[in-house]
Amino acid sequence: MSGVRVLVGTRKGAFILTSDGKRDDWTVDGPHFGGWEIYHLTGSPVEPDRLYASQSGGWFGQLIQRSDDGGRNWTTVGNDFAYSGEVGQHLWYDGTPRPWEFKRIWHLEPSRHDPDTVYAGGEDAALYLSTDGGQKWSELTALRQHPTGPSWQPGAGGMCLHTIILDAADRDRIYVAISAAGAFRSDDGGASWLPINKGLRSGEIPDTDSEVGHCVHRLAQHPSRPDTLFMQKHWDVMRTDDAGGNWREISGDLPTDFGFPIAVHAHEPETVYVVPITSDSLHYPPEGKLRVYRSRTGGEHWEPLTEGLPQSHCYVNVLRDAMAVDTLDPCGIYFGTTGGQVYHSADGGDTWAPIVRDLPGVLSVEVQVLP
Amino acid sequence: MIRVVLPAHLKNLAHVTGEVRVEVAGPPTQREVLDALEAAYPMQLGTIRDRHSGKRRPFVRFYACELDLSNESPDEPLPEEVVKGKEPFIVLGAMAGG
Repeated sequence: MSGVRVLVGTRKGAFILTSDGKRDDWTVDGPHFGGWEIYHLTGSPVEPDRLYASQSGGWFGQLIQRSDDGGRNWTTVGNDFAYSGEVGQHLWYDGTPRPWEFKRIWHLEPSRHDPDTVYAGGEDAALYLSTDGGQKWSELTALRQHPTGPSWQPGAGGMCLHTIILDAADRDRIYVAISAAGAFRSDDGGASWLPINKGLRSGEIPDTDSEVGHCVHRLAQHPSRPDTLFMQKHWDVMRTDDAGGNWREISGDLPTDFGFPIAVHAHEPETVYVVPITSDSLHYPPEGKLRVYRSRTGGEHWEPLTEGLPQSHCYVNVLRDAMAVDTLDPCGIYFGTTGGQVYHSADGGDTWAPIVRDLPGVLSVEVQVLP
Repeated sequence: MIRVVLPAHLKNLAHVTGEVRVEVAGPPTQREVLDALEAAYPMQLGTIRDRHSGKRRPFVRFYACELDLSNESPDEPLPEEVVKGKEPFIVLGAMAGG
């Protein structure tokens, strides 16, 4: 029977949760790198025991860890994240120009084809590539040097490149999202970039349908429909069916369309999950009820999923990288909260149970199905 | 040999439990000691000093002989007691509370 490994990054270390394919009984292993912020922990799609972790902290900076045995042993690999060429400037919070300055890696995205190839999204926004298992990193400079770059401005969480999607069909196509610059697409492996924000409207910026400046929180793609992307924006849930050429809002009957993560069912490309959060100033669920919302119609019509989730006095948040789906049948859904709970559903979201309740605040959740 | 005390996180990173000892070629200075430390334990690169500017990270402190050497020039000779191995060169994370 298949096994499942859930990779959890938290504010105080990494945890690895394992179960068999039934997903009833779980083993919790960790903390790895106790005391460090693990913004992201993820595995190679082609070699599942190859894991990468982004380890950082305010005292000692950024490190990258790699495991070749599913997380039992780790090796510190490269952490030389430099801005190549002219560093340039972007807008600071007060509207003045400010040089790009590296702070941390938010997201790691291993290649779909090669375990030694991995992309990294940084703050201040930049995209890095390693082709030797994380030992050496080089910046794909065309993104940061896009003509709109000098007008990019950080959101409250920093100017972070937090989402990287390596297209399921086209090896040269990459999508990224940056807070608060927006979404971008490359069709040539990162050599050039196109802002793909047409149709987004953001009340937080003076020109509400500007080419850039939108606070995109997360993108999701189903591999069988690579031209369809779903987006949780600061406010608004959106979709595109032409690879970002045009976006339309699908918030429909959600109780609020503010939120962070968004995920697509592994076997149903029109089934989408979000976790509505009260507002930009109240980062907790409406009415203190933790509800995942599922749309089986590709948006517009949403149903609350509550069985097994706390329905009173719940004031946690679910961060952008903290939701994932497995590829078993029925599809498993997983998410972690800022309160340290990791919940899972082994039936597509109908029922939920905590795997673990008292971890440090969860920053990221990924899941692997093991042979 | 220069004795170096690392903070807990960096000891874990280097897979060491106690003090580490490093040999420096020239007159022992902060820079020479940290260069030798990073050569012996490459996973420390970037954790104590910025990889590009070489500057001490803001929340890292250097102490020795009951003195705060954090803001001394990295090329100043270290105290004689450190050079002779009688006292360690201490790297630590700045206090943070709340």
